[in-house]
Amino acid sequence: MNETVPLTERPAPAPAKPRLTTSAMIASLAAEGQRTRPAPFGHALAKLAQNRLEIVGLTADLAKYTDLHIFAQAFPDRFYQMGMAEQLLMSAAAGMAREGFLPFATTYAVFAARRAYDFICMQIAEANLPVKIVCGLPGLTSGYGPSHQATEDLAIFRGLPNMVIVDPCDVVDIEGAVPAIADHPGPVYMRLLRGSVPVVLDEYEYRFVLGRAALLCDGADVLIISSGFMTMRALEAAKALRADRIDAAVLHSPTIKPLDEAAILREAARPGRLVVVAENHSVIGGLGEAVASLLMRSGVHPVFRQIGLPDEFLAAGALPTLHDRYGISTSAIVAQVKEWLA
Amino acid sequence: MTDAARSNTSLAERAYRIRRNALRMGEVQGQGYVGQALGVADMLAVAYFHALRYRAADPAWDGRDRFLLSVGHYAIALYAALIEAGIIPEDELESYGSDDSRLPMSGMTGHTPGVEISGGSLGQGLGVAVGMCLGLKRKASDAFVYNLLSDGELNEGSTWEAAMSAAHWRLDNLIALVDVNNQQADGASSGVLGFEPLAARWEAFGWHAQRVDGNDIPALVAAFNTARSLDEPKPRVLICDTLMGRGVPFLETRDKAHFIRVDADEWTKALHALDAGRTA
Repeated sequence: MNETVPLTERPAPAPAKPRLTTSAMIASLAAEGQRTRPAPFGHALAKLAQNRLEIVGLTADLAKYTDLHIFAQAFPDRFYQMGMAEQLLMSAAAGMAREGFLPFATTYAVFAARRAYDFICMQIAEANLPVKIVCGLPGLTSGYGPSHQATEDLAIFRGLPNMVIVDPCDVVDIEGAVPAIADHPGPVYMRLLRGSVPVVLDEYEYRFVLGRAALLCDGADVLIISSGFMTMRALEAAKALRADRIDAAVLHSPTIKPLDEAAILREAARPGRLVVVAENHSVIGGLGEAVASLLMRSGVHPVFRQIGLPDEFLAAGALPTLHDRYGISTSAIVAQVKEWLA
Repeated sequence: MTDAARSNTSLAERAYRIRRNALRMGEVQGQGYVGQALGVADMLAVAYFHALRYRAADPAWDGRDRFLLSVGHYAIALYAALIEAGIIPEDELESYGSDDSRLPMSGMTGHTPGVEISGGSLGQGLGVAVGMCLGLKRKASDAFVYNLLSDGELNEGSTWEAAMSAAHWRLDNLIALVDVNNQQADGASSGVLGFEPLAARWEAFGWHAQRVDGNDIPALVAAFNTARSLDEPKPRVLICDTLMGRGVPFLETRDKAHFIRVDADEWTKALHALDAGRTA
């Protein structure tokens, strides 16, 4: 019931907490003070295109939001603005590839995976054409809610024959992946981190090789297999877990399909370790289930856990809030691993 | 056209032979989209024996005009034309729709010489054509890209995305062919989803549109000539009204559906009826 409280007796307002607002499409995943570089995909593509004259760039009204504008500025006559029409974007990219060009087609992951799927399937994948589909806002990297959160993109594309899938972690990964996927003779779907992208993997003597996973740090208690920016989080979690005398290994698997089965089996078969897959994707159909089925098929049966997004349509809001809520922040990884090892 | 010998045979005779090839393939399977094939045979005769530039012995020749069949179920018609053009050997006709045949019932990429794309998931061909036209312009090629669509396929919104884009990019090397037979899976196309006024719609999208009787060879020749020689920086469309079953009178008048029913004993009768109407 509403009881009237005299003004003078009302408690003083609590000190204002910083209000986290909805994370925009340009939200960066970089922590404060973290090293970053701007638009690594756009710069890497523009650099590669200097010598690869067959490269063309196409987008569906999202050049600025997928960093393709860097390429467009460098090579305006090789840039094709297809308008807000993703089905056309993919069909036209297929047509360009049929004429001998190497198209990089960009949009958001939701629009490629959901709206343009049949066009990618029939005109790109079935024909095994070298179209490189590079998509912003993979998984939970936007606070705009389900319309922009591609929480099931990997599940959708994993089922597609011929499609290679790449989920890079940082600038180092993106700069290595762009020439590597250009050299691959078939279609590729690459998840994009855009804007101010963290630089992380240069500290790990790492270089991107298509189809290869890399052990970034070793540890005896838990193996975290991860892709995308979750590898950055896994590395942070490994450092934090060390303070609790938990020894964590991190196996970065930026190629989701084909999986580096040998590396995953080699690491997962080491006795005495909890195996955790951490991914910026629904727990259904992504890296976690890919690894689980590999382990089952191969008779490797460690204690296995998944860190990923729940099978739900997710909320809108600020990314730090959402990453905590859905269990993919660094602190959430640490907490889950500690609980599983307790 | 690059093979001079082709011109010694009339287009009507070509159309007759395309129809005959299609009926023979239908007979092999005991089924097939022969109604559509009979309907578009005149369009294909004019396309392959008057308009298109290609080399029968080298179907992937880079200087060829591209012919994209987005209506995959019309593959029987396209195979019939490709056989007549000498791109597919005639004896392969017997394999139509059989296991491991190069002539699957719905046209598939990589299976058949002269079949450029996988059709069948309707509304995709025109978008691929836009990309090929952009690519050909980058290569400074003077080749044309043809895309055979159907009236039912115009239900697909992606066709109109592509139509808008083709005009935006001033693709004067793109020629769309719309087969208007007014039949689709659930009935008359005009009843499933009204599409008229068709020429005005394409014109509103920035295209040069012509509407012709798709079973009138001289009219088709004139329309193809206009489309190829037009001096306007626009994509071009030929809207072709056709009659399903054309050339076989008892099929022309049969109740129309997506499929025209042909009973087992009627294939031979159909071939005889076609032969009886041969005009060459």
